[in-house]
Amino acid sequence: MGKWPLKRQVAASDKTIDYPLLVCVLLVVGFGLVMLYSTGSYNGQVKFSDPAYYLKKQFFATAIGLAAMYFTAVTDYHVWARFAVAGYVISLILSTLVLFVGQSYNGSRRWLALGPLSFQPAEFAKLAVILFLAHMISRREKQSRPLAYLIGVFALILPIVALVGTNNLSTAIIILGIAVIMIFVSYPAYFPFLCIGGAGVGLMTVFLSMEAYRLERLLIWKNPEKYEKGYQTIQGLYAIGSGGLFGKGLGESLQKLGFVPEAQNDMIFSIICEELGLAGALLLILLFFVMIWRFLLAAQHGQDLFGTLIGAGILGHISIQVILNIGVVTNTIPNTGITLPFISYGGTSVVFLLAEMGIALNLSRCIPKR
Amino acid sequence: MRKNKTYNKKKIFVVFVAIALVMTVLAGRLVYLMIFCSEYYGVKAEDLHQRERSIKAARGKITDRNGVVLAANKTVCTISVIHSQLTDPEKVISLLAKTLSMEEADVRKRVEKVSSMEIIKKNVEKQIGDTIRGYRLDGVKVDEDFRRFYPKGNLASKVLGFTGADNQGIIGLEVKYDSQLKGTDGQLLALTDARGVEIQGAGEQRVEPIAGDDLILTLDYNIQQYVQQETYRVWQEKQAESASVIVMDPSNGELLAMANAPEFDLNDPFTLQTAEPGGQPDGTEAPEAEKQPASEKERQDALNRMWRNNSINDTYEPGSVFKIITMTAALSEGVVSLDEHFNCPGYKIVDDRRIHCHKRTGHGGQTFVEGAMNSCNPVFIEVGLRLGVSRYYSYFRQLGLLGKTGIDLPGEASTIMHREEDMGNVELATVAFGQSFQITPIQLAATVSSIINGGTRVTPHFGKAVRDSQTGKEEILTFPEVKTGISPEVSEQVRGILEKVVSEGTGNKAGVEGFSIGGKTATSQTLPRSARQYISSFLGFAPADDPKVLVLVIIRKPQGIYYGGTIAAPVAQRIFANILPYLGVEKQASPAGEDAKTQ
Repeated sequence: MGKWPLKRQVAASDKTIDYPLLVCVLLVVGFGLVMLYSTGSYNGQVKFSDPAYYLKKQFFATAIGLAAMYFTAVTDYHVWARFAVAGYVISLILSTLVLFVGQSYNGSRRWLALGPLSFQPAEFAKLAVILFLAHMISRREKQSRPLAYLIGVFALILPIVALVGTNNLSTAIIILGIAVIMIFVSYPAYFPFLCIGGAGVGLMTVFLSMEAYRLERLLIWKNPEKYEKGYQTIQGLYAIGSGGLFGKGLGESLQKLGFVPEAQNDMIFSIICEELGLAGALLLILLFFVMIWRFLLAAQHGQDLFGTLIGAGILGHISIQVILNIGVVTNTIPNTGITLPFISYGGTSVVFLLAEMGIALNLSRCIPKR
Repeated sequence: MRKNKTYNKKKIFVVFVAIALVMTVLAGRLVYLMIFCSEYYGVKAEDLHQRERSIKAARGKITDRNGVVLAANKTVCTISVIHSQLTDPEKVISLLAKTLSMEEADVRKRVEKVSSMEIIKKNVEKQIGDTIRGYRLDGVKVDEDFRRFYPKGNLASKVLGFTGADNQGIIGLEVKYDSQLKGTDGQLLALTDARGVEIQGAGEQRVEPIAGDDLILTLDYNIQQYVQQETYRVWQEKQAESASVIVMDPSNGELLAMANAPEFDLNDPFTLQTAEPGGQPDGTEAPEAEKQPASEKERQDALNRMWRNNSINDTYEPGSVFKIITMTAALSEGVVSLDEHFNCPGYKIVDDRRIHCHKRTGHGGQTFVEGAMNSCNPVFIEVGLRLGVSRYYSYFRQLGLLGKTGIDLPGEASTIMHREEDMGNVELATVAFGQSFQITPIQLAATVSSIINGGTRVTPHFGKAVRDSQTGKEEILTFPEVKTGISPEVSEQVRGILEKVVSEGTGNKAGVEGFSIGGKTATSQTLPRSARQYISSFLGFAPADDPKVLVLVIIRKPQGIYYGGTIAAPVAQRIFANILPYLGVEKQASPAGEDAKTQ
């Protein structure tokens, strides 16, 4: 293990901002706004008589998010340890609140109204869980027996998973995924995780077969053209397929004209494929990959376990969302509603993602330069 | 706070590698979808986005042999509204109702219906369409379209046929030559969003239609018009059920005219016309005579009857005209000579049956030629019996009269003849003078043509040439011609006998001064015989020594006098008198003494 290539001690004076990560984040955010305008202008025109409706709202959220990012980037991440428990509790309260007084949109009750603004507690919960778990795990002095340890940590986040999962299964899966990655990183052995993986698959099978509509989802996945509910999937595939190598050109998508429903949301990647082609899509994936790679470096060079776990959590968060979103859009996995980070429409999401990026940037000051 | 350990870094690297692998798989999946499935999904997406509107191809014209247009196209308009583009529905409703002379409620229902495009009225005259276009109403669309138009109304209606709403032939030549006439429809492709709204500026793709080819007929407009007029005249005078006249060139099967009274109006083929012979030759009917049929099926049956071409779709008992075939077989086989003597007591016993001559008192002593001139049944029974079934039947085959003629019109009926093995002497005897079997008028005309033209079986036809709409080139249509084995000598003998039938015999009312005309009359009783209904007919040709034109007149169920020689022959006479000079047949100096007999 001594040959670990990046294991070098870093002098405090080297602590400057990680420009590759910052550039990646800004590029993805800027690209996201452009694509949002492209995909959302038709729906904005049809529903609100304003092609820039979605862009304006997202632009506003992005501005708040960038401010938040600046703030978190200049704040020593260790400060968050103090707020970790409180943040987690707040997210539990908000997630409970949304069940009772939340606003629904497209049949899901996921928003809390704050005057003219709306707030999606599930987005906040993801960041809260990352900080909370990082704090709780790194605080443990000594590891108890493995099984008890694992069960103990899982038990900590079970309430939020259950709360979020009642009306937003996809986000619950993401939170669970983040938790599994963070615990995996924090624990030396591999074997228990193989068991967890096995148990997960088993549970999933039971879960799916319990309700007919969940199995139907699998059937739709296998053969989307045969089912009416496969409409969204098949329209996404039409968009992707008609993109070809270099796409139809920015703004030239036809599938966004009501064929792919709510093209600015979960299915935005299909429109990116249609307009910018395989080249554009792969470039975006590469951009995300570079971002994830910078998270890896930041996590590995964290000064302590707290920092490393935050890095692992952020890495897990972004990776899971990107992979699941593209997986769904390309019909590689069954359909579930997951947004593409920084690009899909969603104010709360972009604010907290950017705040998260600020934390990552602060963390990445420890990456050795040159 | 705990420090991180090496295994933490190692495990996060493991996570990263796993993520990298999954992302690579997804990238691979994208390559698969966007390169290898691109065409599949691209085509499907395009189908989804494109709205196809077809542009009707202009149907080819039908002209007579001299270029007179018998079927053409007329521009008509389709008026429709696009609901989402309407700005002033009230104005649209009132203006459209007024201009199209429709009920305002009807227009309102269509205008207010929420659909992407609703048709208000089809087949609107171009002039009215232009007026509506002139109003510049938002959301109102005026599309131009073609509609089949028959400038000559009911002229040769059962021959020409007409087309349906989709520009496809429904009956007649319009069906038979549909593939040449119809052309290829063009397409107007526009891109639309999911609501079906056309995308502005996306550009329309236009695939131009290819007009159909023109069909040039052997039919002669002038002859047809005259023949149709004569057909109507006899149909009305005789209060007949129907009357048909076929005029063809026996040397090549070209049909110059085919009239079937009553005809119907090709520009309004779905309106029932009364079949009473009270109609006018121009097809206008007294409206009070129209009867509303009880059911839709009855109505359709009535329409089918109205459209029926009796000369081709129906068979009849040809009667004495068929003696031409009997004499041809007998002369070819040498079982009789022209001046052989026969005696007619007014009947002939065949096996145990006594078969009467039409003249009950008998024709007495006569030669074979005189027997033909008198249309004496016992003479032809005798000749038929001499031939015997198998020899006689072999001539049916040779002459090609057992099947269909192969005319270029749909729905031709076959000859209904006794099977050879079922034919006994009694059947043979009745067939010999044209009874106990059925044949179509066109088959009879074609068979006699094949005898009098020197022995070549011709295919009767209307199609002369097809003119390509793109190149303008004319492709001459050819029809089969087969040698029948009838010798030119026998052909000449038959013509000679038939000339005598007209100049001195039962067909004398068909004679025209200065022309040599051959022919044969027939009067056949329809089934059941007890109804005492008749079909009078006459088949004639001229000039007798080198036939240029053959005329077959058939009058079904005439009232009053029903002898073919009395009522059908004069029709042929008028037609010959009119068309022989028109066809450029030279008048001959008539031998003295013959005039008296033709009067």
